Amino acid sequence: MIYLELFLGFLRVGLFSFGGAYSAIPLVRDIVVQYGWLSDDMVTYIIAVSESTPGPIMVNMATYVGSTQAGVLGSVIATVSVVLPSFFIILLIMVVLKSILKNVYFQAVLSGLKPCVIGVILAVGVYMTARSFLSLSPSFSFDLKAAGLTALFALVYFGSRRIKKGGISPILLIVFSAVVGIAVYGI
Amino acid sequence: MKLLFDLFITFFKIGLFTFGGGYAMLSLIERECVEKHGWISADEMATVTVIAESTPGPIAINCATYVGYRQKGFTGAVAGTLGMVLPSFIIIYIISVFLDRFLEITWIASAFRGIKLAVGLLIIDAAVKMIKKMKKRPFPLAVMLTAAAAMLAINIFSLRVSSIVLLLAAAVVGLAAYFVRRAEAKRKEGAE
Repeated sequence: MIYLELFLGFLRVGLFSFGGAYSAIPLVRDIVVQYGWLSDDMVTYIIAVSESTPGPIMVNMATYVGSTQAGVLGSVIATVSVVLPSFFIILLIMVVLKSILKNVYFQAVLSGLKPCVIGVILAVGVYMTARSFLSLSPSFSFDLKAAGLTALFALVYFGSRRIKKGGISPILLIVFSAVVGIAVYGI
Repeated sequence: MKLLFDLFITFFKIGLFTFGGGYAMLSLIERECVEKHGWISADEMATVTVIAESTPGPIAINCATYVGYRQKGFTGAVAGTLGMVLPSFIIIYIISVFLDRFLEITWIASAFRGIKLAVGLLIIDAAVKMIKKMKKRPFPLAVMLTAAAAMLAINIFSLRVSSIVLLLAAAVVGLAAYFVRRAEAKRKEGAE
């Protein structure tokens, strides 16, 4: 049943998204691929939409997947279930478990979790970047135009930091890449 | 009732005006909850940040739940969290109804082909910023690199392994490392 799948799927995302907004991306990719809800391309688009609209990426992705898979009710279920774990964990910590934050075993678990999350996010970023111009299976292919554009975007995004402190914002990069996309791939 | 409404509206505003998520929201939350309404102290704000970093879920939602509960118990927590989530829910819901059809329009599809190339860079950037803040000791670095290599392999070879498996493994490794450190400290103590 789709509602149950959405509920369990996004509960899992909400429960394991340690370490900030981007940690939800690998988890959402996991479940949408597992259930066949979205293509990899579509996941990328939703990340871009999430970056350009207010609110946490995790919530945005849950709402989008829920809505496209099962309408309003689906989006409500997915959104509620992605928020539920952190909601109850915060309440639990406030009410009974304040000392868990200082617990040595809890801290030991976190000392493994935190760097792992960073590694996973890094790998997903590298993979998503490379995949847009490079393919190894079923056969090797290389899209020179896409690779050139990616290099251009990287130059603009990271290079702008040498000119202005903080550089351009993610939203500005998305707008820029959209304009370049239209110019290169046609109207 | 007035307080519940205030909590809801304040977090609705925060949810509406924070783009990109995460730490960008913290300054707005601090301004609203600490300076303007005095709902929590600056000290508590720091505690919330620590709690948020050690628990799953977006920091903004963690803050909304915390402040709401502190002010008005369970209903307050619901009001704050709901207010925080609602703006993005409404906006994304509207987008989700149209996006598929929009993508059939050539120029929009072209725009997204460009955008697609930039999104990976944003994710890499987020990871690099996290690495910069990380303690550069052998243990976290080794875990980070192993996780990155494993995740890359999972993606490249389309393995059916969830990233949750990696997280759980890392949690176990973290615990194991702690026990090893403790055993070593004890042995040293014994030697002295």
